[in-house]
Amino acid sequence: MKLPSYVRPDGVHPPLLSPEYKSTVLRAPSQKPVLLPHRLTEITGPVLGEDRVTADDADLTRDSGGEAVGQRIIVLGRVIESDGRPVPETLVEIWQANAGGRYRHARDTWPAPLDPHFTGAGRALTDRDGGFRFLTIMPGAYPWGNHHNAWRPAHIHFSLFGRAFTQRLVTQMYFPDDSLFAQDPVMNSIRDPRARKRLVSRFDLSATEPEWALAYRWDIVLRGAETTPFEEEGDDD
Amino acid sequence: MTETPAITASQTVGPFLHIGLPWEDGPFVVPSTVEGAFTITGTVYDGAGQPVPDALIETWQADPDGRFDHPDDPRGAAKSTVDGFRGFGRCPTGPDGTYRIVTVKPGALPAGGGAVEAPHLDVSVFARGLLDRVVTRLYFPDEEAANAADPVLVGLPDPSRAGTLVATAVEGGYRFDIRLQGEGETVFFDV
Repeated sequence: MKLPSYVRPDGVHPPLLSPEYKSTVLRAPSQKPVLLPHRLTEITGPVLGEDRVTADDADLTRDSGGEAVGQRIIVLGRVIESDGRPVPETLVEIWQANAGGRYRHARDTWPAPLDPHFTGAGRALTDRDGGFRFLTIMPGAYPWGNHHNAWRPAHIHFSLFGRAFTQRLVTQMYFPDDSLFAQDPVMNSIRDPRARKRLVSRFDLSATEPEWALAYRWDIVLRGAETTPFEEEGDDD
Repeated sequence: MTETPAITASQTVGPFLHIGLPWEDGPFVVPSTVEGAFTITGTVYDGAGQPVPDALIETWQADPDGRFDHPDDPRGAAKSTVDGFRGFGRCPTGPDGTYRIVTVKPGALPAGGGAVEAPHLDVSVFARGLLDRVVTRLYFPDEEAANAADPVLVGLPDPSRAGTLVATAVEGGYRFDIRLQGEGETVFFDV
């Protein structure tokens, strides 16, 4: 029985213990993780179909019968694997703060206004090319208690399934040239500056809608299969 | 060596994951009316022994026949004989750090070379303070013979920690607590 094995991205993900982000100190496991070979449970994953998503779920700007306040933006991109293959029909879930940097959440109590017309949650299924497109509101930055005068740069949370358990990824998308990057321990927990840069979307004039919305493009790369099964022998090159 | 520079890095789900991730039917790998359905409950603890109220648990498993309805299974995708079987469960922890998943026991799985994996669930834990998910496995206490032959359990570098991967039988199902750090720390896997 030959199974695909997925790339193990050494040095890309942040170390779980990153003490400058204080919540990691009591939550990061202290033992080294045990290497798990990729067998049937790992190379498969939930196939979540269209029943999870309606077309309206990709538009975050009109909740409860009215328009959300703030700068309208289109957030679009593709979900691909590290070998370049697109990941079609995979569920993309996002959540974010409103234009004032406030989350609609009982535990977010800082004094920025809530917006009755902004929930901050969106869902989409990727198309045949792995493409997704959300219409939302530019999220605001917000303060948090990690250290004195700590502010999170504006970001959108992304949750991706890919097609295998190994590919599951939750991450955050940032916006270009944010002055708050340098002091953010969450973003800087990623040690490789190139990997940090890959979390920053780019402004895309060609994807904007005239007289309607600006646009930011961001591609998400999931771990691809390391070797193609059945092609291990006959190394002819 | 494989070049992997392009892979997107992980970031924490943060404290407000409840806005985007929970589903109303998330905990139901199967509808609770399915014959043989049981509940897995457990509490997630941090390194100080405190419950973690802002975590999310996800589970993934084979159906009772040991099959996956998935194109990459080399035995072929097989629609489950259990009505409404989704294979996937998702539940945020409550204020007391507790989650619950309603499911059925998966079948054993061929692991290559004649080895057989005992019935198990792959379990992901996401939380504020976890910069990447951590992954563990849930095995069943009433599968002693299968567990004793399971290549993952047998291969643990520290066999004395294997017990952290085996659920406890309780009324109505099983209990599976997850200790992120410190005494009794759950075995986590590099997937």
